[in-house]
Amino acid sequence: MKTFIGIDLGSTTTKAVLMDENREILGKGITNSRSNYDVAAEVTKQEAKVGARFSLFRKQLGEDGDDIDHLLEDLERNFRLEQFLTELADLRETSSGFLDNPRFADQKKALGEALDEVFRRIGEEAIEIYAPGAERKSDFFRDIAGSRFMNIGEAVAKEASVEFDHMLNVYDKSIIDVENRIPDDSTVSRQLMAALHRAIAAVDDLHVSEKDAETALRKALDIEMEETYLVGTGYGRVRLPFPKEHIRSEILCHGLGAHVMYPETRTVLDIGGQDTKGIQVDPAGIVENFQMNDRCAAGCGRYLGYIADEMNVGLHELGPMAMKATKTTRINSTCTVFAGAELRDRLALGERREDILAGLHRAIILRAMSILSRAGGVKDQFTFTGGVAKNEAATKELRKLVQENYGDVTININPESIYTGALGGATFAHRAVMN
Amino acid sequence: MAKTVQEITDRCQVLFDDIDFTESRKWKEAEPGRKVIGYMPVYVPREIIHAAGMLPLGILGGGADMEVIHGDAYYQSYICRIPRSTIELAVTKRLDFVDGMLFPSICDVIRNLSGIWQMMFKDKYVRYFDVPQNFKDGIGGTFYANEMREFREGLERLSGRKITDEAINNSIAVFNENRRMVNEVYDFRSETPWKAPSWEVYLLMRAGMVLPVEEHTQMMQDYLDAAKAEDRPLRDNCRIVLNGSFCEQPPLNMVKSIEMAGCYVVDDDFMLVNRWLLEDVPTSGDPIANLATAFIHHSEDTAAKYEPDGEKKGRWLVQKVKDRRAEGVIFAAPSFCDPALLDRPMLAGRLKEAGVPYISFKYAENSGQMQPIREQAGTFADSIKLWSEAS
Amino acid sequence: MSAEAKSEVIKEPSMLKQKEMIANNYDKLTSAHELGIKTASTFVPGNLNELIMCFDMANNLPEINAIQNGMRKKSGGMIMDAERSGHSEDVCTYVKADIGMMSKGNIAPNGKPMPAPDVLLLSYTGCFTFMKWFELLREEYKCPTTMLHVPYEADGKITPNMRDYVVKQLKEEVIPTLEQASGVKFDIDRLREYLRNSAKAEDDLVWVLESAKNKPSPVDCYFGGVYYIGPIFTAFRGTEDAIEYYQLLRKEVEERIAAGKGPITPEGEMKEEKYRLVVEGPPNWTSFRDFWKMFYDEGAVVVSSSYTKVGGVYDYDGFRHDPDNPLESLADYCLGCYTNRNLPTRVDMLARYIEEYEADGLLINSIKSCNSFSAGQLMMMREVEERTGKPAAFIETDLVDPRYFSAANVKNRLESYFQMVDQKRKGGGSAAAA
Repeated sequence: MKTFIGIDLGSTTTKAVLMDENREILGKGITNSRSNYDVAAEVTKQEAKVGARFSLFRKQLGEDGDDIDHLLEDLERNFRLEQFLTELADLRETSSGFLDNPRFADQKKALGEALDEVFRRIGEEAIEIYAPGAERKSDFFRDIAGSRFMNIGEAVAKEASVEFDHMLNVYDKSIIDVENRIPDDSTVSRQLMAALHRAIAAVDDLHVSEKDAETALRKALDIEMEETYLVGTGYGRVRLPFPKEHIRSEILCHGLGAHVMYPETRTVLDIGGQDTKGIQVDPAGIVENFQMNDRCAAGCGRYLGYIADEMNVGLHELGPMAMKATKTTRINSTCTVFAGAELRDRLALGERREDILAGLHRAIILRAMSILSRAGGVKDQFTFTGGVAKNEAATKELRKLVQENYGDVTININPESIYTGALGGATFAHRAVMN
Repeated sequence: MAKTVQEITDRCQVLFDDIDFTESRKWKEAEPGRKVIGYMPVYVPREIIHAAGMLPLGILGGGADMEVIHGDAYYQSYICRIPRSTIELAVTKRLDFVDGMLFPSICDVIRNLSGIWQMMFKDKYVRYFDVPQNFKDGIGGTFYANEMREFREGLERLSGRKITDEAINNSIAVFNENRRMVNEVYDFRSETPWKAPSWEVYLLMRAGMVLPVEEHTQMMQDYLDAAKAEDRPLRDNCRIVLNGSFCEQPPLNMVKSIEMAGCYVVDDDFMLVNRWLLEDVPTSGDPIANLATAFIHHSEDTAAKYEPDGEKKGRWLVQKVKDRRAEGVIFAAPSFCDPALLDRPMLAGRLKEAGVPYISFKYAENSGQMQPIREQAGTFADSIKLWSEAS
Repeated sequence: MSAEAKSEVIKEPSMLKQKEMIANNYDKLTSAHELGIKTASTFVPGNLNELIMCFDMANNLPEINAIQNGMRKKSGGMIMDAERSGHSEDVCTYVKADIGMMSKGNIAPNGKPMPAPDVLLLSYTGCFTFMKWFELLREEYKCPTTMLHVPYEADGKITPNMRDYVVKQLKEEVIPTLEQASGVKFDIDRLREYLRNSAKAEDDLVWVLESAKNKPSPVDCYFGGVYYIGPIFTAFRGTEDAIEYYQLLRKEVEERIAAGKGPITPEGEMKEEKYRLVVEGPPNWTSFRDFWKMFYDEGAVVVSSSYTKVGGVYDYDGFRHDPDNPLESLADYCLGCYTNRNLPTRVDMLARYIEEYEADGLLINSIKSCNSFSAGQLMMMREVEERTGKPAAFIETDLVDPRYFSAANVKNRLESYFQMVDQKRKGGGSAAAA
């Protein structure tokens, strides 16, 4: 089958969307951008293909129902588990290769054993990590393995009397290699099959037989997905090894992506890590006008990151904290550097953290309002995308200010909005071939 | 009954906080046909507006607390704040009652704001108010007199009424009186700064931006009477001249912070329009020629004005320090203010030659943090005290 | 305008001629003392070169020195020197580059020190900073300084009062000061002669600029344009050299049109003309070549620009220096310089360029240093878009401060803009979208 892929290489995450020739979205993928954009692009593309296999599997089953939904959920969860176990095994093997360092000469054996023990224990936890309903702060292997390694490693090091620093050193080197390896199609097939068996065992009252499910999955895996056309976009797009005609500006992709999600969209606001964009699109999704923040990154997602660091809390905790405000402290500076000072100043004056945070969120949205105003204002419908769109304190301020300044406007915020750029890219890819 | 300092200051504070200009709106509504002419820093001959029966209204941006949403859409981040908050005032219809706007030739930003106004408010009277940078009667004086005549004709068209010489001469007398009172307040503060805190004087001068001149003159008289009668403690503060704040205004908190940190402000360049002309203008003869002469020969010095004589450049500030027995100068300029920031190295050079200590910092009308300013002003005050004790 | 950058492009006779003119002028300036020549410093907008020539003085333009230092990547250090000595980071980097250059011995591009000027001719035209700039230089040089205050064309026209004021200043202030500084008596007939030369060169300049109406355009009127305006904006207006330069240039452009060729770029002939743009605002000088490359790599030609009007507007309302009304015509010249025009006029000019040159849209290069240009550009952009229906893009850089040129940022916006123009051209017909 023909497939069309859009890859959005962002400053923090890389996203991919894969669609078929009927413009149906079959799969999506996301990974951390790492230092190597080529790998990030490959990994996320593979992720999107995996997603597509799920969609195809469901089609092959040709059945609907709660039990099928459960099966797919379980399949996905178990596939993640299989993936995790594969990568963990890879990590174990890779780390043994780093033990030959002369620095570890006198400890090589003990170190090897300790590392094995750590990985064994992480492996034991894996089932639990991927248990139904278990919460994971991140789905990236690096994040999960890393936090477990830190938790378990120190204790194991103590027991084995090896230096934890050395273990960490080996781990740090290995993880880079492991996360830069791109799983091939056969590995993915094997993982999916294994996951299916686990999943079927877990779902009660499944009205599809194991054999039928297996056949359906096999068929789904046998469908050859031709990479018909690929379009890259995003912050890192210039570093993609694509020919020029396969690269589109993220402005155009965001505009088109928002249009695909909400065809009535006329104005798009995207607040990303590095920049804020106000985009106007016509009824066909074509960009008519756009404005970005000026060269200063004031009021972008990064600003919130900086504030989170300054307050020593997680980025995603900021919004909920701000929602607890009883009033909104006026914050005048959206300059990232000054904001830290202003924050300390306000705290010193005895203002509540929650109120200050509410003020900071308002400050960001005020900046965004200015950029929108610069781009020609907010027209109905209005679609808000980007990482900050997930922050409820920010969206609350945005809704309020849009209402005050532009009246009743339908505001679309899609939980999947992180894929807007990639979706636009995939649509461009489709158009390049099919039009 | 005589008003108290508190009462007067409270009223000024209300006027200062009111970015809807309720008082000026009321003035306009009181009689049909009344017109209001807005003007920006640093100077316009308000006498002509007054003689036309109109209210001159000083527009000094949106202040510390106004949120700017649309104004930012007109300006890049490297441009000062006053034009964007002024546009915000207009876009949010807070200036809808203003019939005309004057943009004095103070810098390129305010100059270009006149063009933005021309495009945005096509039905309003808009004038870039040019003043001469040549100070010879027959050259700059003539040019300026003709500019004022054009302005006078513009107001006549706006109101449909002639503005007579007699009316302008009468208005000149009214403004002479107002200036005398302004100068009295400044002198009083310089003599007894503990009796006239700078933020009070500041608010009193700001009231002059929105009130009819006669009312403002009376208000200053009331203030002087009340302040002289009031007993306030003398603090061990040093005396400083504040320079650079002639256009975009600092937050009121900054004025307070400087004084709280140990510096009595004994002179400043806030709202120079109140004291631009240094001598009384004659109240008979050709009023336009008289106003031109006053501008050419007896007007304040500021960064927006050219100094033809290199030797004299910046000497006025040293003189002001001497006249006011000040011990130092604080340069407080708005961020991205071309006139103030380009002039500062030259003024600082003169102070250095004269052995006058100085410090400098920047602000924006909505600056939120006062801590650094308190610290700098406090350290400056301490160092001045130490220095004067040692010598 | 820059000898150096020019030497790297294909060398046409006009380029060689200009290079020689610039080198000669720097040699003249740096050996002024030996040759017994007096020098005057002045600005590009409101540059009274013909008048300066009447007093046998050499003309030194600090803006051009700053540009030269910018293109040679020397301005960054000079600016930081000036900031260390107390100049604000917020103000014009031409001024700071100039002051920094002074502190480094005022070395001209030919490697020799520039003499201290004998007179500062402060033509206060269309830029507030000029006034402070020469007050600052006066502190250093302590030389006679004469101010020519050129009122702003606030209502889009020159009033008799404005013209009289400028003429009077010329007669009673500028000319006497120049006479005194040079020891040469003013001769109005000499001025007429130079003005006649100016008008000739101006005719050819306008012809060259307007040649961009051809498709493909044989010239780039921004990146190439800064070279074309070089002689007329600087120390050569009114000279025979300038006449000759523009004749050579015109001939070359005529040949390019006949051959159906596009503009010359630093990497040779520009291939396909894909986009035609009008540009508002000065270029960035520290990354001039990189900036230019972002255009020609994409097939973008600038068919008209406002920057090429900054030292005199000759096309929009047909102004020419007029030997029959010498002082009045100098006054009108100063009054009419681009940044001395009000915003509605600037909007009209840009909108007309877009229509007359059949451009795809407007690009604004907003310069941090230059409030005269930049304040109000966002409003201008909206007005031009509205009038022409053509899209505009906005980028931000600086004149000679390398800290304010973010190549990735600028490139991103330009690419997005070009792709947007492309998409619009396809006219929504290709609007696949779901």
